[in-house]
Order: sequence, then C-alpha cells, then structure tokens
Amino acid sequence: MALVDTATHDDAPKSFFTRYVWSQDHKVIAVQYAGTAIAVGLVGLLLSNLMRLQIGFPGVFEFINAERYYQFVTMHGMIMVIYLLTALFLGGFGNYLIPLMIGARDMVFPYMNMLSFWVYLLSVLVLMTSFFVPGGATGAGWTLYPPQAILPGTPGHEWGIILMLVSLLIFIVATTMGGLNYVTTVLQARCEGMTLLRMPLSVWGIFVATVLALLAFPALFVSGVMMLLDKTLGTSFFMPALLSMGQASDYKGGSPLLFQHLFWFFGHPEVYIVALPAFGIVSDLISVHARKAIFGYRTMVWAIVIIGGLSFVVWAHHMFVSGMNPWFGFFFATSTLIIAVPTAIKVYNWVLTLWRGDIHLSVPMLFTLAFILTFLSGGLTGLFLGNVSVDIPLSGTYFVVAHFHMVMGVAPLLVVFGAITHWFPCITGRMLDERLGRFHFWVTFIGTYLIYFPMHYLGVLGMPRRYHEYANYDFIPASAHSLNAFITVVALFVGAAQLVFVYNLVRSALHGRPAGSNPWRAASLEWATPQVPPQHGNWGATLPVAYRWAYAYSVPGARQDFIAQNAPLQDGGVEPQAPSKPAPGREAAR
Amino acid sequence: MSTSALRPWDRGAASDRAAETGLWLFMAVVATLFMLFLSAYAMRMDTADWTSIVMPGQLWLSTALLLAGGAAMQRAAVAARTLHHARARRLLLVGGAAAVAFLAAQLWAWQNLLDQRVGLSGNPAASFFYLLTALHGLHVIGGLLAWGAVVQAAMSPATEPRRLALQITLCARYWHLLFVVWLVLFAALGWLTPEVVRFICGRG
Repeated sequence: MALVDTATHDDAPKSFFTRYVWSQDHKVIAVQYAGTAIAVGLVGLLLSNLMRLQIGFPGVFEFINAERYYQFVTMHGMIMVIYLLTALFLGGFGNYLIPLMIGARDMVFPYMNMLSFWVYLLSVLVLMTSFFVPGGATGAGWTLYPPQAILPGTPGHEWGIILMLVSLLIFIVATTMGGLNYVTTVLQARCEGMTLLRMPLSVWGIFVATVLALLAFPALFVSGVMMLLDKTLGTSFFMPALLSMGQASDYKGGSPLLFQHLFWFFGHPEVYIVALPAFGIVSDLISVHARKAIFGYRTMVWAIVIIGGLSFVVWAHHMFVSGMNPWFGFFFATSTLIIAVPTAIKVYNWVLTLWRGDIHLSVPMLFTLAFILTFLSGGLTGLFLGNVSVDIPLSGTYFVVAHFHMVMGVAPLLVVFGAITHWFPCITGRMLDERLGRFHFWVTFIGTYLIYFPMHYLGVLGMPRRYHEYANYDFIPASAHSLNAFITVVALFVGAAQLVFVYNLVRSALHGRPAGSNPWRAASLEWATPQVPPQHGNWGATLPVAYRWAYAYSVPGARQDFIAQNAPLQDGGVEPQAPSKPAPGREAAR
Repeated sequence: MSTSALRPWDRGAASDRAAETGLWLFMAVVATLFMLFLSAYAMRMDTADWTSIVMPGQLWLSTALLLAGGAAMQRAAVAARTLHHARARRLLLVGGAAAVAFLAAQLWAWQNLLDQRVGLSGNPAASFFYLLTALHGLHVIGGLLAWGAVVQAAMSPATEPRRLALQITLCARYWHLLFVVWLVLFAALGWLTPEVVRFICGRG
C-alpha cells in the first residue's frame, strides 16, 4: 500500500510573522535554534578568551578577579556543552536534517516543535540574566557540585545558582519537547522505501543521541530540582551538616556524592549526545566528499547504538577521585575501556572509506579530516584517564582540560563547521565563501592544536586546573608561564577567526555564489527536493520514494558518480545486503 | 491499537501512529524521571539522619480514586471504540473528576502531615514525600490539561469518532501510568526502609 499523503499544500504560512517568528516549519525552527546557539556560543567563546587573558597574563587585567574568573569558567562550560553543542546538534541539525533526509514533510508535532525553540530561547535568556543579578552568575564550576555551589564564598551563590538551575530545568523541558518530536518523526514519518537501515548515518547519530537525551536529561532534572530545594527551601538532599563562614548551617545529613552520581549519570551520556550526531554527520560528509560509499554502514549503525547503550554505564569514571569502592572503580574503568571498541570501529571505517576514495579537499572535507585527527588525539588521552590509577594524579590537572576540549569541544565543533559549510547551500541556496572558509579552517585547526597540545604537558607537569592564578607555586617552572602566555595569544587569534566564520555566514547568505540544486552531488534526499532551498512541505505534490541507501557513489556502470536515493530502481546502486525482495515502489502499489 | 508490526509507509493516518509513539516515548521519559528520583531516595535513605514518617491515611483514599479514574478512562475508551458516544463522554468526565479528587485527597494528606508538624525541611523522609507527591501531582495536572482538550473534542459533534476513540485511549493509557507510578511511589515512601536498602546494596 502506498502512503496516503495527508498534508495539504496550501497551508503554508502567509505572513512574515507566522513564517519566520512563530514558525512551525522545521527548517525555520532549525535556523532559529542554530542562530540562538551560535549567538550564545559566541558569549561562551568570549568568556574563554577572558579566562585565557588571566591565565596567560595574570594581574594585567584587574577586572578579572578570582570571583569573575570562576564565573567565566562556569558559564563557559555550561554554555558550550548544553546551550551551544546540545542545542545546535539536536535542535539545529536534528530539526533541519531529519525530515528532509527521511523524506517527511515536517516533524510529526510541528506545534510542539515551535514551542521547543521558544522554551529553549527562554532558558538562554534566564541564563544570560544571571550575569546581571546581584552577586552575578554562579561560579560553582560547570558541574555545580554541592555543597560549595550554594554556600557563601562561591560567586553567585545568592541568585546566580538559582537562575542557572532554573535555566537548566527550562532547557530540559525544551529538549524533551524537541526530542519526542525527533524520535517519533524518525519512527513514524519516513517516506516509502526508507527503511531504518537506509537512513543516512546523520539521522542515525541524531536519533540515538536524542534517545540518550530523553533518558539522561531526567537525571539532571532530578539533581537540579533537589538542589534548588536545598538552596531555596532549606531541605538537605545534598547538603551535609557543615560550618559555613564559622557558622553552623541548618543543613544536615545530605549526600554531596548523591549529586555527583546523578549529575554524571546525565553528564556522561551528554558527551555522546554531542558526539553521536557528530559521528553520523562526519560519516556522511566523508562519503560525499570522497565519492565513496561509507565503509561498513551496518557496523557504523550498530556502533552508534552500542556506544549509546554503553554511555549509561560509565558515568562514575568522572568520580574516580571521589573515594569509591575499588570494585566500582574497576567496573567503571572496564566499561570505559570497552566503549573504545565500537568507537575505534568507527574511526577505522572512516579511514577505510577514505582509502582509495576520490578525495575532494573541499572545506567540509578539511573539517572532517581535522575531526578524525582531533577525535583520535582526544580519544587516546581518554584511554589514559579511563584507568583509575592514571586518572587520580591527572584528574585535577590541565591534562583533563586538554582531553575533554579535544574530544568533546573542538572535535564536535569541527564537525559543526564542516556540516554548516556542507548544508549551507541547502539552507540558503548559496555557497559559503571558500577563501574565508579555508582561512577559518586553518586558523581553527592549527590554532586548537597549539592551544591544547601544550596543555597535556602542563598537566603532566602537575599544573592544577580551576586555579585563578599560579604565583608562588615553586613546582611550576617559568617555562610553563611562558607556555601559558603563548596559549593565550593563540586562543585570541582562534577566537577572532570565529568571527570570520560568522561574517562568512552573513555575507554568503546575502551575496554568496548561487549554489544550484545539488552542488556537492550528494545522493541523500535533502538535495532531491523540487526546489532548493526546500519550500514549505518540502516535497511539492508527492512524497519521495527511497529505492536505495544514501551512499550510492561511484557505482560502476552508472551514468554519473552518484545515484540519488530516490532515483528509479533500475538505476542500480542498491545497498549491499539489501532485502531479497525490494520494498514495492509507488508505481507497483498503484 | 497496536501498530508496531506496520512500517511507517504501510498505511495512512500517520498522525495516529505518531500520537501513540509520542505518548509511549513521553511515558518512558516520565518513568525514567521517577525511577531516578527513587534511586536518589534510596541512596539518601542510607544515611544516619533518616527518620521514616508515617503515611497519612488519606493516601489510601487517593489510591482508590486514581484506580477508579483509570478504570473509568479505560471503559470510556472501550465505549468510544464501540461508538457508544454518550457513555464514553460520561466515563471520560468521571475519569477526569476522579483525578481531580485524587489531587484533593493528596492535598488533604499534606494538610494532615503539616498538622503533625511534619514540614518540608528538617527530615529528609518528609522532604522526599513532599517532593515526590508534588511532582506526581504536577504530572496529574499535565494529564488533566490534555484531558480538557479531549473533553472539548468529545463535546464537539465535528470530531471524527475514530480520532476521538484514539484520544480517549491515549488518555486512559496515561492515567494507567499515573496510577502505576503512584503505586510504586506510595510503596517506596511507605515501606522502603534503610534496612531494605542496605540489604539490596549487599550491606544488610
């Protein structure tokens, strides 16, 4: 039976307001999500540069006192992990790509999708407000560990921490509304012939990451609600009996360790909420720009699913220094190392896709290659830190800063840049400026290595993280201070280069070279809409039919070096291990 | 109403399947949320300052009310599917009213505890009691909002019978979740003891 296409095509919003502001169109919502995430990401970037100014040139910038430094650290971390990367990958790329790549007209719950964005925006506004309340933003560190997060002595312990927690709770509501949409759309709105094992890996990555988000964010919600009650109503969920500023507090008996468990039960899957979409997108970019089918498609899908599952049983590797039963440490170290197996499979498959491919060193491909290298570097230091005995001496040092920035900061961001460059023509109909793109790539790629590679050495040297200044520590040699100054200078350059990227986005959207309908000659459905950029409803009068996977590149005997997913069946290029009886085509059903 | 064996493009009425799938997912999220709260409850219980509180008697009444509400909703769904519209509407209203009465009984239980000077802070067992019952109450209120929309649809002659039957079925399903979650919460709040937790953790 063919799909009954119930969409009406004359329901496109007419006014500017319903079209671009209260829009229920997934493409507009995606751009709204991405625009907000990038804007707040620039705030996060500014904060990181301010931190670096203090570390590189301590005492020169008097306004960066210890309090402000901790506020910058906290807000930078939370903004980048939650409000930039999570929102951009799920709300931005998820919204834009899922319906187009699976051949749907929109998300299945468009109104809820719109609400999701506005609630996300509210969470960002609440977070930004915290800079301006008495006492300023919270300086508790992005992990917000109690008891210190809500006690005097920690910056922003009056209002900043409250607004941070409220903002997180609002963000979780937004993510849940969006997440229900993404998962249901993938499960229930795929076009004819689009089996789960024909979906592009981008959709797989975003899909599994969304499932993780739906199951992991509740843990943050639980810890957030309980900490909020500890702060505002004097409960003792997490707060132990203690003296604060010489006074006995009213708290008693609470367990700070309980917060850590809840936080990291969310916090570790969060790493993969960011990483899995990046994995998926990279697979697609490699395949398109190397003109070759992704190597081991099914293994890639299973690796994504297995990584997603394992990510729920490794959380306590963030707590090795909290004093846990050695057997627990052993269990979590083992599960952590096991997760390296499916991850390594993915890296091998990317490299094997490149092998003997027709590699085009376009800007998306450059970012993709840079991602593989960066993810590998960051991943390898993860193997060090996954072992309890190595983690304990390194845990409080810059080694960890270097590790997590490489693996879940820089690596996913490289994918973001590559992906935006790749799909910009689909979104705007114009190409991003290539020269500016290459400039941005090289400065960012080389710059991040100059920033983070030396940090490993600083870490091994024992330089502690989370310190506002390093005067009078005899074990830190002068050369380390010089290295810090060097890192800061590079960080300022890399920070400025990001403005070039933003400038490129704006300039190219207005004046870029027209892209044509499929500039990268990609096979997946988002390039097969009747109009590029796709219009309201995406597909015109009839929905597409998928006859093959999204990786039919360089098929021997084919007319051109790719076969679109919706090209007629006789064009060939059907995926290996296809079911012996291909899904009936629309013609057959009629 | 199961459509799990069908593939997305196998038949029309895609929005029905989407609504079902969406609700199952949402229920999974809600169940996860309460499961995590209960894990926190059990872990917090294993500390020295824990003093169990006596469950107020009103909770038995509220349990009965929520069970009755779920039963009414279920029968409303059956009635709607068999096109007994008047009966379906009546039972739908009973199901919602039972949920409202459940909330009132919960507030009565709170009042009972407050009369005994069992406040939110001070004793973590009481803190968890208020927190968990409040959150469950919020989920009931969320269900009532959706129920309001279904009642509106049920009163409108323009609503397609098949669509209405689906809506009431989904409403009933959510009511069952509210009941099961409440039952687990009630059992944990009333009868889970530090000794049991220590036994589960292998330290008993």
